[in-house]
Amino acid sequence: MGLAKRIIPCLDVDAGRVVKGVQFVDIRDAGDPVEIAKRYNDAGADEITFLDITASHQERDTTLHIVERIASQVFIPLTVGGGVRTLEDIRNLLNAGADKVGINSAAVHNPEFVREAAERFGSQCIVVAIDAKKVSAESESNRWEIFTHGGRKPTGLDAVAWAKQMTDYGAGEILLTSMDRDGTKNGFDIALTRAIADAVPVPVIASGGVGNLQHLVDGVVQGGADAVLAASIFHFGEYSVQEAKQFMQAAGVEMRLG
Amino acid sequence: MSEVVAVIDYGMGNLHSAGKALEKVASGQQIVITGDPDQVRAANRVVFPGVGAIRDCIAVLRETGLDRAILDVIAAGKPVLGICVGMQALMARSEENNGVDCLGVFGGQVTFFGELQNDTGGRLKVPHMGWNQVRQGMAHPMWAGIADNTRFYFVHSYCVTGLVDEEVAGRCDYGLSFAAAATRKNVFAVQFHPEKSADAGLTLLENFLRWQP
Repeated sequence: MGLAKRIIPCLDVDAGRVVKGVQFVDIRDAGDPVEIAKRYNDAGADEITFLDITASHQERDTTLHIVERIASQVFIPLTVGGGVRTLEDIRNLLNAGADKVGINSAAVHNPEFVREAAERFGSQCIVVAIDAKKVSAESESNRWEIFTHGGRKPTGLDAVAWAKQMTDYGAGEILLTSMDRDGTKNGFDIALTRAIADAVPVPVIASGGVGNLQHLVDGVVQGGADAVLAASIFHFGEYSVQEAKQFMQAAGVEMRLG
Repeated sequence: MSEVVAVIDYGMGNLHSAGKALEKVASGQQIVITGDPDQVRAANRVVFPGVGAIRDCIAVLRETGLDRAILDVIAAGKPVLGICVGMQALMARSEENNGVDCLGVFGGQVTFFGELQNDTGGRLKVPHMGWNQVRQGMAHPMWAGIADNTRFYFVHSYCVTGLVDEEVAGRCDYGLSFAAAATRKNVFAVQFHPEKSADAGLTLLENFLRWQP
């Protein structure tokens, strides 16, 4: 009896529309983030994360309107990440109704930004998203590096040291994505998840590679994650959030059910 | 004249959610988000939310005179709901930011979770973030329609301890047992976020709008 592990569906949103197709059978508008957020809320999701992949700056206002609409209809925590570069970006998102804001490459470019953001808005709403890739050879001990630009650009930053630095600077949560596993459906990088979860004092969300429900269990039990983020297994209706929760509970993981 | 419910806005974080959740469950009440002490005093019910650091929170309340307004509303017997840092601000003192005197409506203390261990000796993560169970300490109109041990959404690094038992409306366990809900007369305060706690949270807010202490 205690704190439940969380399941967080993640939506990619471009100019106010959900992309990478969410396929709920009976949904009216599969591209409408508000519809989908409501659907996940009804299905028992513990939080919802939006990744705003909108390229043009003007269309970012669209995202703010979407966040506003969701926040007036969906009463579970909402995290919005993607393209967050300034304190004003954060303020705008929080004012629109986001509960947490994800910072990724802006933190790499200027780590002090995370400190300023946490001091200004509180650690509880600052999530640092880190994209890590294994760089050690098979014969060496594990080493992961932070990559930007969707995993294309190495930064030379050690992932474990970087995660620690970010929590020292005030990050209240780490969203950890394995770039090796993202999209593979082969499961989380458990060694990476465990290394980061053990290194930082704040909650860690595991992301990247979920292909089945056992992967979710593994992320929590073996990886030590506090929450699991998944996109495609839920979007394409392979599993419902409720099925995932029941599976995890049956495997001994404490979940919020019913 | 419909009832007016004031959500106190003192520039500390996301009030949109609390306001929208109240609007969702309101039946005829007018929800007003305001930083004006007189408007707070004039309201029929008051919601006192809060996120962020307690030092800034208390400083802003004192600067704006909202601290007096809150105490006046409480003294007038109107229903008041504190949420998260709003609950903490109603206590006697917080150890956050090297110690801050709070509003002293309750005698409780606000303390850091610190280095806590789980059942298997691992380190518990702080902030305490996510859905945890609330053991209801008493029958109360605010718990109407909410089962004992229902999960609510928490996110906080400091927690309330040291209340007298009669004031603990609900407890939560996270390495230690702390007050998830406190009450005295016309005041009810919760550490969790009802506005982010799905149906259970909306029920609690609906109960607040009906509460006749």
